[in-house]
Amino acid sequence: METNERFTKETWPAHPETATLEGKNKFLGFWLFLGGETILFATLFGTYLALRNSGPSGYEFTTQNLFDLKLVFAMTLLLLTSSLTSVYAIYHLRNYNFRGVQFWMAMTALLGTGFLMFELYEFVHYVKLGFTFGSSAFSSAFFTLVGTHGLHVAVGLVWVTLLILRNAKRGLNLYNAPKYYTFSLYWHFIDVVWVFIFTVVYLMGVIS
Amino acid sequence: MSTVAKTGFEKKGFGATLWDWMTTVDHKKIGIMYLLGGGFFFILGGIEALFIRWQLLKPQNDFVTAGTFNDLLTMHGTTMIFLAAMPMLFGFMNAIVPLQIGARDVAFPFLNSLGFWLFMLGGLFLNASWLFGQVPDAGWTSYASLSLASDGHGIDFYAIGLQIAGAGTLMAGINFLVTIINMRAPGMTYMRMPLFTWTTFIASAMILFAFPPLTVGLFFLTFDRMFGGAFFDPALGGNTIIWEHIFWIFGHPEVYILILPAFGIFSEIFATFSRKRLFGYASMVFATVLIGFLGFMVWAHHMFTVGLGPTANAIFAVATMAIAVPTGVKIFNWLLTIWGGSIKVTTPMLYALGFIPSFVMGGVTGVMQGSAPLDYQLHDSYFIVAHFHYVIVGGVVLGILAGTHYWWPKMFGTMLSETLGKITFFFFFVGFHMTFFIQHWLGFWGMPRRVWTYMDGQGWNVANAISTVGAISMGIGILVLIINAIMTTVKNEPVANDAWEDGRTLEWALPSPPPFYNFPQTPLVRGLDTVWIEKQEGNEKMYTPAEPLKDIHMPNGSILPFVMTLGLVIAGFGAMFRLEHTWGLPVLIGGIALVFLAMALRSVRDDHGFYVPKHLIAEDQQKYEEGGHR
Amino acid sequence: MTHSMMEERTEAEQRLKERYAKIEMRQQVWMFTFTILLTLFSFGTVIAYQQEIEGFSRYFVLPVIFLLGAVQVGVQLYYFMHLKEKGHGIPQYFLYMGMIFGALLPLAMLTIVWW
Repeated sequence: METNERFTKETWPAHPETATLEGKNKFLGFWLFLGGETILFATLFGTYLALRNSGPSGYEFTTQNLFDLKLVFAMTLLLLTSSLTSVYAIYHLRNYNFRGVQFWMAMTALLGTGFLMFELYEFVHYVKLGFTFGSSAFSSAFFTLVGTHGLHVAVGLVWVTLLILRNAKRGLNLYNAPKYYTFSLYWHFIDVVWVFIFTVVYLMGVIS
Repeated sequence: MSTVAKTGFEKKGFGATLWDWMTTVDHKKIGIMYLLGGGFFFILGGIEALFIRWQLLKPQNDFVTAGTFNDLLTMHGTTMIFLAAMPMLFGFMNAIVPLQIGARDVAFPFLNSLGFWLFMLGGLFLNASWLFGQVPDAGWTSYASLSLASDGHGIDFYAIGLQIAGAGTLMAGINFLVTIINMRAPGMTYMRMPLFTWTTFIASAMILFAFPPLTVGLFFLTFDRMFGGAFFDPALGGNTIIWEHIFWIFGHPEVYILILPAFGIFSEIFATFSRKRLFGYASMVFATVLIGFLGFMVWAHHMFTVGLGPTANAIFAVATMAIAVPTGVKIFNWLLTIWGGSIKVTTPMLYALGFIPSFVMGGVTGVMQGSAPLDYQLHDSYFIVAHFHYVIVGGVVLGILAGTHYWWPKMFGTMLSETLGKITFFFFFVGFHMTFFIQHWLGFWGMPRRVWTYMDGQGWNVANAISTVGAISMGIGILVLIINAIMTTVKNEPVANDAWEDGRTLEWALPSPPPFYNFPQTPLVRGLDTVWIEKQEGNEKMYTPAEPLKDIHMPNGSILPFVMTLGLVIAGFGAMFRLEHTWGLPVLIGGIALVFLAMALRSVRDDHGFYVPKHLIAEDQQKYEEGGHR
Repeated sequence: MTHSMMEERTEAEQRLKERYAKIEMRQQVWMFTFTILLTLFSFGTVIAYQQEIEGFSRYFVLPVIFLLGAVQVGVQLYYFMHLKEKGHGIPQYFLYMGMIFGALLPLAMLTIVWW
């Protein structure tokens, strides 16, 4: 079977992620899934925009007084850098350097974990202040939007960990190359959604 | 994994057969399961309809209570749309589209199976509400203020059941898109695809974009009811209109998702039974794409009376009327297809001929309702009920019945009785018009919808009685269809590849039913209606191979899709009973854990499928030629 | 069985491929630096608004941060996610369709939802 053939740097295809029919299908299927996720997050954003700052009368939390831009900036840097590390991983994937793939994917996971730690800290802080999920429409919408993104990050971390561990003894072949590539598409998409989140939720929130 | 040849002809015991069907990833088997599962829910929804009509037979009837009536109308709508119409259409898409494009299976066979089980178990979960006596009762639209106030777990069954079933639909949508884009046989350009494949393609794209909002909306409803959320609670700053927007941004494309595959089925049937190619192929494709696109731009025509303001209402009214244009293009193209053709009035053709006037009637009442001022009078009246039943029953259901007869030989290897088929058509078609035509007048006379009874002396009695009699006639028609199916299966008389003798598209080149690997050699597509071209040239095989005979790579079956879905259903029960029982939370977590375990197992275990050696394929073909396959 | 699709690159081809790969990777790092700058500008603009520096009204800041965000999304899609490479026609199409349809709901929420 092609997928288990032994390759060298000279025989490794230039685009291993789409060198098999299965790879092509996974590549297209995942981009389509991302198209659908765009709408999913758009719905969450729309709801957030409608409900932000809406709470019971006398509600003390607003977007202006709640958010801490320093924390958000740190989180953004972590996630953006993790995007770069996954680009490095794919560069190594295309150039048949398995150790490079494993190392940079692990770095991606590390940075992603850092992001998630900060976000958990942020959420716990809000809950301590009394800004809980069910306390207002604003809080429900906020936690659902940002929480769904965070959940996607968490799922991604589990995914990449499984990939790194499962393939540790295998090396690169045409069976797992599409898997790494699909993960990196997912990870970049999470970063794209985060750009929208920090712009619409946090930056815009501080302004209006 | 295994290279043992599976010719599919070994005799199996009951247990082995059951395991085969539960673990299958074969698109043809999954198609049959979708059809049967959808058929089962269609009968359930039909019984619910009969109860509704019986209650409304005469004024102040006491056949059911008001609360039960609300349960019935909610479940009738939800079941028919999500668990009957969509799955049966998926059944045809699954069974036929890979054959029409010359592929061996869909792009993601495992996901295909997962999508089916999510539908089946999600549907059973939703209908389990009847067993608990706590049924959703806020209409199939489940508007937020009413559904939040609904007592008991009814709406929870709705939210969770639809969430599970909807996930399956989304997967199926992506599957068909990738299959059609990536796996067409050589020579099949986009503009040589059969119309049924085209409508499947556009409907799948619509599914990809329409189901995420439903997912979000259902999560909001679940959060508000079961986890203390505040999306729709005005006291905490929430807004119930948000539900309506989110629901209808899904809901309107949904009805076009329903009708487009039915349009595709009729396109095939008109061409086949007029012995003439479809008129205006390019404009049919373009019209389908336009309908798909415009379908997303009109959702607020379900909200004219909410108070969006005259500007918003006007914009949506105009967009709504615009959709009638590509639909009209299609109607004219169908008429021009049969004009001058050599028409053969088989059962599928009868349904197609009956579809044209019925759907047009439904369409024009839709344009009437698209005028916002008139809709202020008609909204929530029986006129609306008449309209959507005309388009759904007159369009989608007639399409499903037509497709059942048309593709039955290809899927099951037998031919449904034409006589019984025509009897079904007669009872169903006459009953359908009896039930719904008079409802236009009930609407004009002021009868509101979703009412469990009405007072005497309003002039509505006779109309309601006629409507009920029509429903009974439809029931008789479906009963005859079931008898037809059973008798045909018992008789088990085999049919030829080209069962109708007028096939134009690739599925008719294959045996009925096809071998599990579909084409022994991938076909070379010579043009639009390629099988017709081959037949005109006297090619008995009805297709030209594009490659030499070689080993065929097939996917392995798996029980994991069933296990994953089971986990979700278990989690659903946990989520629902979390606030009353202590076992709720552990069951919820346990169910989700099972899902992730099954996912991890799937990802971590290598599954490279198996190969069917070419000498076995050659032997197979020999057996088919000698006619020894029964 | 299936026949191998392996093609062996010559030494010259291999060296060329590796050179191009390095160049492309460097381009990606520059794009990353660009996204960091865009992020800095976004946050900086908002901090300026908070400090009430002259000229940084909300009518200036809001369009600017949206523009910067849109540019950043474009860079990420086209460079990090390889959307500019060959064979990405259909993904592009579906992504833009998703964005168009996806824009409808926030638009509706902002314009025709009130209470």
